[in-house]
Amino acid sequence: MSQAWLPVIALAASLLVVPVIFALPERAWRARAVVNLGAALFKLLMVIVMVFGLYQGRDYSFRFTVVEGASFLLQVDAMGLMFAGLSALLWLATTAYAIGYLEDSPNRKRFFGFFGLCIASTVGIALAGNLFTFLLFYEMLTLSTYPLVVHRGHPAALRAGTIYLRYTLTGGLVLLLGVVAMHVLVGDVSFGQREMLADLGPDAHPMLIVLFVVLLMGLGVKAALVPLHGWLPRAMVAPAPVSALLHAVAVVKAGAFGIVRLVYDVYGIGLSHELGLLSLLTGIAVVTILYGSVRALSQQELKPRLAFSTVSQVSYIILGISLFGPFGTIAGLSHLLHQGLMKVTLFYCAGNYAEELGIHRIDELDGAGRRMPMTSLAFTVAALGMIGMPPVAGFITKWYLGMGALQSGMPWVIVVLVASSLLNAAYFLPIVHRLWFRPGPAHGRGRWPEERNLGRFETSTWLLLPTAATAMFSLATGLLAGVAFSPLDLAIFMANGEYRP
Amino acid sequence: MIERLGLVSNALPAQAEELAALGGVLGLPLLLGLLGGLARPARGWPVAVVGVLPLLALGWLFLQVAGEGRVWTVPLGPLSLYWRVNGLALLMLLLTQAILLASALYAPTYLRVDVQAPARRQAWFWPLLGLLATSLSLIWLAADLLLLYFGLELMGLVAVGLMLLPGKADALVAGLRYLLLALIGSLAFLLGIALLLGAWGRLDLAGLTEAAEPGPLLWVAVALLSAGLLLKAAAFPLHAWLAPVHAAAWTPISALHAGLVIKASFFIALQLWLVLTPRSAPAAWLVGGLAAAAVVWGGVMAWRAAKLKDMLAWSTVSQLGYLLLGFPLLVGTDSTVAAVAWEGTWLQLAAHGIAKAAMFLAAGNLVLATGKSHLRELAGASRRFPLALLSFGIAAISLVGLPPSMGFTAKWLLLNAALMAGQWIWLAVLAAGTLLSAAYVFRVFRYSFVEDAPSLDFRPVPWSMDAVALVLALASLLLGLVAEWPLSLLRAAGGES
Repeated sequence: MSQAWLPVIALAASLLVVPVIFALPERAWRARAVVNLGAALFKLLMVIVMVFGLYQGRDYSFRFTVVEGASFLLQVDAMGLMFAGLSALLWLATTAYAIGYLEDSPNRKRFFGFFGLCIASTVGIALAGNLFTFLLFYEMLTLSTYPLVVHRGHPAALRAGTIYLRYTLTGGLVLLLGVVAMHVLVGDVSFGQREMLADLGPDAHPMLIVLFVVLLMGLGVKAALVPLHGWLPRAMVAPAPVSALLHAVAVVKAGAFGIVRLVYDVYGIGLSHELGLLSLLTGIAVVTILYGSVRALSQQELKPRLAFSTVSQVSYIILGISLFGPFGTIAGLSHLLHQGLMKVTLFYCAGNYAEELGIHRIDELDGAGRRMPMTSLAFTVAALGMIGMPPVAGFITKWYLGMGALQSGMPWVIVVLVASSLLNAAYFLPIVHRLWFRPGPAHGRGRWPEERNLGRFETSTWLLLPTAATAMFSLATGLLAGVAFSPLDLAIFMANGEYRP
Repeated sequence: MIERLGLVSNALPAQAEELAALGGVLGLPLLLGLLGGLARPARGWPVAVVGVLPLLALGWLFLQVAGEGRVWTVPLGPLSLYWRVNGLALLMLLLTQAILLASALYAPTYLRVDVQAPARRQAWFWPLLGLLATSLSLIWLAADLLLLYFGLELMGLVAVGLMLLPGKADALVAGLRYLLLALIGSLAFLLGIALLLGAWGRLDLAGLTEAAEPGPLLWVAVALLSAGLLLKAAAFPLHAWLAPVHAAAWTPISALHAGLVIKASFFIALQLWLVLTPRSAPAAWLVGGLAAAAVVWGGVMAWRAAKLKDMLAWSTVSQLGYLLLGFPLLVGTDSTVAAVAWEGTWLQLAAHGIAKAAMFLAAGNLVLATGKSHLRELAGASRRFPLALLSFGIAAISLVGLPPSMGFTAKWLLLNAALMAGQWIWLAVLAAGTLLSAAYVFRVFRYSFVEDAPSLDFRPVPWSMDAVALVLALASLLLGLVAEWPLSLLRAAGGES
């Protein structure tokens, strides 16, 4: 079998799950679980094989022409693999979590079908080799997440779904126009062929700036850049596994990943710097980071607070890539993974509290650490990571961001980082304090809003295991950042590739 | 442009074998239709078995032209008729046969389960269907105005006949109104032909290209021809008859009508412009303006429609606007733009044909299952009839033009052409069309995801009806990625300029 088929197989593994799940009857939850978990494991395996292949310098690419001047291209590079790896890992965890979370609820077949499609889209986004292919999967992601957002079918969910579509379809349309314009200007640009735009010469520069802004607007909707972030907090009505996945890997990351591709692989960091586009990105990222954090402070419910925290945290990625220099790049790329791991943990925890104890508001969390120690420990680890405390993964990001700011000659960014970390602490530490140090129903004061005893341990095992696993991973990526194949190692590998001529 | 239409001037008399292939493509559907009227199939599989025959005839015709466009003359008494077989005609024939076959497969179960018409009236369905196939094939293959007129008239009358089949009052009113408008359209068309014949004394398209000289006479003739055709194609602002007709007709007939019949009029109109007035860019821009209005107005009306079938009918008006954009992009533009727009236009025609047919069939299933025709009453449909909704949704992806569907690829080409031509305004039109179509399509899904709907009693839909809709919908979705294939057919057999 030719090596070129490897990315196709990885994509097909997640894509072919969808018809199988739709074909299984609603009540066959065991078969569905086996198919889901099996495909997730298989995909993880494929990604690992490709990572090793990539380190050995193998070239995987698969191409066919769709119409003249536009081709479908799957290719494997370090950046794509990083995203594919994140998606594969979190697919596995979230599938397990969703099986537990949706136990005995209606429409599970529909849920898992579209869930699989959503993941297939993220794999496609990761392996897409040019803007056209990226666009295909980017739009597929929009469509496949809509049924997940409106899954519960109540009026609030339907309203959130409508708003979600309004934002994302408009964003997709803007992106389409940008991609078409790019094709008319230079033709089919494969990711990595940076010289194509650089060779256009100074006459094309105004046009390139306009195009960059258009593409950025299209991608910024999903990346929840202020002021295009409005859909994200509202989409919180979705079930917890969906929120977890949307925030950690699927939708928000697809946008951020697209911006990373745009800067590094289409324009090239040199040209972006030359055109002054990096300063634009820095400005947007700083505004988004601070705005998201401030809004998170004022939220009284757990999930919306996490949502605004996502708005803020994802822009660290944008900030990192906008700082010209290897350190900024390392920070941005590694945060793509770090934020995913930590945020998914936080959402799993929020889901656990809601399922086991019926807790939705932050002030109901008093003393929950005693009732649910494992979940609360996971929450604490991830929250400390978000604030940027060593040795959790978030620290690595902030450290490299600071170094990147100095390297690119923008020390004022450090002030922003400090301010943002203080804000992060201000909205996460009170929660941690409530969990561990406030007496609550577990100490005989008052009652939990809606207590259900779901499992042998503090809650159902299906819910607990993924939570513990992702918390462990966030800790491990921080502690073992120097080891080969860690996110940091991959990011350094890529940054070297970017800045070495 | 003429070469793309396959209208080479060196027409040859058709050989016996070629004539037989042509006769097979034209005659077989008619023959099978008569057979169907006698046998009245109650199940899908005999239709499937027999329905392969016209496809075989089409394959034979394909082999006859062997890679290049041909124009054949067939003597008929004192007249000689011109036939054109090229990539475009073959693509249209294939599209026609695919959609017809799907409708024919859908019909036996539909007629048995859903329609309470007397058996005698149901029997009329089959010969009329065959006649429709013949008249459509005639239009794609005709290379002179006489044949085109004959095909157009026949198609219009057959379409009216099919519309009248339900026999209910609203169907009769809508059908007769359609007949009246079709006759007015034909009259205008006939007048245009008479003017051309009087001025240049010939009706074959290739000959007219050379003979026709620009001037007031030509412009009046083309205006008359276009007005008649655009009325039949339900182009803005001549579209008002469309929605009532679709609401009253049987489901497979709506699918055929929206998918093929109105496209035939558009096909003739575009062809005549390219033949007679290939340089009249200002007039083409006027049509472009109508296109923009059609996209927006059709979209808004579809968004406001309360009934499912009305929504689909208005969406046809809107989507026809995309096709009409072909006029400003093809007439009077340079050859690189025209090459892209050419492929985009025909791909859009095929995409909308397949997607709209699938949507009508799926909508028919939804209406059959709920027994209601309003969007609002679809509440909870996603749990009760997921398959019909899935087909509807997949076809809707193509309608909205989201990847990887055929509609997306077509829109991609049209956007490319508009940008290359520097006609920025069409970008805005296509963008508005996309957003509007997303808005009206997702209304359906919004209702269908409602969970706390009162559980009304509903009828199960036979699986064969669901399957036909699903297959058509999947075709519209997946053919977008392999669009090189239909496009290569377009380029093959004399499509290259």
